[in-house]
Amino acid sequence: MTSAVATAVPEFRRWARGLSTFFYRRSTFYLLLLLLPPLLWLGTVYLGSLFALLLQSFYAIDEFTATVVPKLTLETYRQLITHPANVDIILRTLAMAIAVTLACAVIAFPVANYMARYASPRMKAFFYVGVMLPMWTSYLVKVYAWRLILAKQGILNWGLTVVGLDGALETALTTPVIGGPSLASSYLGMFIVFVYMWLPFMILPLAAALERVPQSLIQASADLGARPRQTFWGVVLPLALPGLAAGSVFTFSLTLGDYIIPSVVGAPGYFIGMMVYQQQGTAGNIPLAAAFSVVPIVLIAIYLMLAKRMGAFDAL
Amino acid sequence: MPSAIEFQHVSRQFGTLRAVDDVNLSVEAGEFFALLGPSGSGKTTCLRLIAGFEQPNSGKVLLNGADVTGVPPYDRNVNTVFQDYALFPHMNVAENVAYGLRVRGAPIEEQRQRAAEMLALVQLESFGDRAPTQLSGGQKQRVALARALINRPAVLLLDEPLGALDLKLREAMQIELKNLQRKLKITFVYVTHDQGEALSMADRVAVFDRGRIEQLDTPRGLYMRPRTAFVARFVGGANVIEHELARRLTGFARTFAIRPEMMSFYSTTSTVTDGVISCAATVIDVQYHGATSRWQVRTEDGSVLAVVRPEPGVRGDSYAVGNKVRIVWPRDQMVMLEQS
Repeated sequence: MTSAVATAVPEFRRWARGLSTFFYRRSTFYLLLLLLPPLLWLGTVYLGSLFALLLQSFYAIDEFTATVVPKLTLETYRQLITHPANVDIILRTLAMAIAVTLACAVIAFPVANYMARYASPRMKAFFYVGVMLPMWTSYLVKVYAWRLILAKQGILNWGLTVVGLDGALETALTTPVIGGPSLASSYLGMFIVFVYMWLPFMILPLAAALERVPQSLIQASADLGARPRQTFWGVVLPLALPGLAAGSVFTFSLTLGDYIIPSVVGAPGYFIGMMVYQQQGTAGNIPLAAAFSVVPIVLIAIYLMLAKRMGAFDAL
Repeated sequence: MPSAIEFQHVSRQFGTLRAVDDVNLSVEAGEFFALLGPSGSGKTTCLRLIAGFEQPNSGKVLLNGADVTGVPPYDRNVNTVFQDYALFPHMNVAENVAYGLRVRGAPIEEQRQRAAEMLALVQLESFGDRAPTQLSGGQKQRVALARALINRPAVLLLDEPLGALDLKLREAMQIELKNLQRKLKITFVYVTHDQGEALSMADRVAVFDRGRIEQLDTPRGLYMRPRTAFVARFVGGANVIEHELARRLTGFARTFAIRPEMMSFYSTTSTVTDGVISCAATVIDVQYHGATSRWQVRTEDGSVLAVVRPEPGVRGDSYAVGNKVRIVWPRDQMVMLEQS
């Protein structure tokens, strides 16, 4: 009995060792084995659905029977870009996405720069946790909380009145387009919530990019006579561009696709995400919903092309 | 004429660590000055104090007679060649070299022309369009040099510039740097931990240990007349004979240094003449270096000494590990050291 156990263990180890050797010698095979599950997932499930989505957008709905006709046509796209209401929705969403991305970049840069360059290890850990902490809370809870914060009787209004800035808020709210009866029902309020929600997605890649800029480059710039402002524009910003590009793809695409924030906070105008939700749900127009979903993809592709042409990825 | 660089009681602390501890020094204009020391000795901090990347906790830094304590790097007429070269990866070679002129708002034509001149100076005329990643270590080194020289600095600071190069290239660059310094007549301050480099290139060397200058002298002075045991060991690789053994050998309880190449072997039987010191020892290691060999020997009281001689010995004899030997050296070659 005992001898059987004693021989079984080396037997197993020899077998395991043989297997290790087998994989070591055939590293390509081993790699393939490791990559097969993710490749299947990415290739079939993910790209497959994307392709199905694309295909759906080239179908159209029959006006009378309200059923999808599975024949390739550009009818849905024609509908998308010729209906002024649809174009409005696209432009409104795009404008919001650009504004949110710019604001996130401007707010995130000092934070990321501090985290990457000046913070002590303890402070850095504190900042990383602090930046990610809001993401541990339910998204819906945060959006509804913001609606209360931004309401006319909300804490923000009250706080601004206390410090005597209610006049400034009044001016902002009476500004056409971004204004409204209260922050909670204006594009300005929606913008604030969007910026709050997506800021971590800008800070983290930006901090990672800034951390990769060697201190000696910044010193070399100062050494050669560049003032801090010149060093920022000439050295730090160009080298942080990949991080800025990555972060802005997040903020840009998240804003383009979101449908909850625009339906809970802000003015009544529709956004792309809400349209997708409505068209595939209540309206039952899957092809139009698909076509609307393709819009952000196209916009981001254009954005990446522009970023590449501007040299955002040269320093990678 | 004021000194190019002057330190007056300069100290720089990091937490409780005194990286630079009450250092006084002055570097003359046009001098090739080396800061030599092991890592953590404060030599690089001194360089950074001159460049302006660090500010002293106390004391004054003067450049060309003017107090620059608190002046940021971009307002100092001093440029640096960094240890990792620090070439801007998003600019090509010509743009890197022209950067110093660009940030000062020089006309494009002047930038272009001066960058070409500087690249010619370091023999990289045709490399202007390359990206830094397309260069070898030695080429990056030259670009960093050209970039630092374009502003015509009064002082050029070099932070272990040859550390990352292989031996052959390093030797070639040493000669080239020295020639460049002679030609441009700029003050060079050169940080290195390699004593050979410091001795062969510098006019004067400051030897650093634990944030203080142990000795400031010409290379010859350092080698021939080390002041302390640290300098004798670090610069000359000399044997330091502590007072106990010294008392037994010389009659004085005073620590002294004797360089390995001043020592020779005597057979154990021959008689020792006047004016030499002799000591019985056992060979414990032999390293063959081609032109010379280096023997490690252990004396009877346990001290380990080094002897460097051409091989084979004058009489064709050679000493192997385990051999009993008698080592001798002339009395007048011993250098008395200060107690530190």
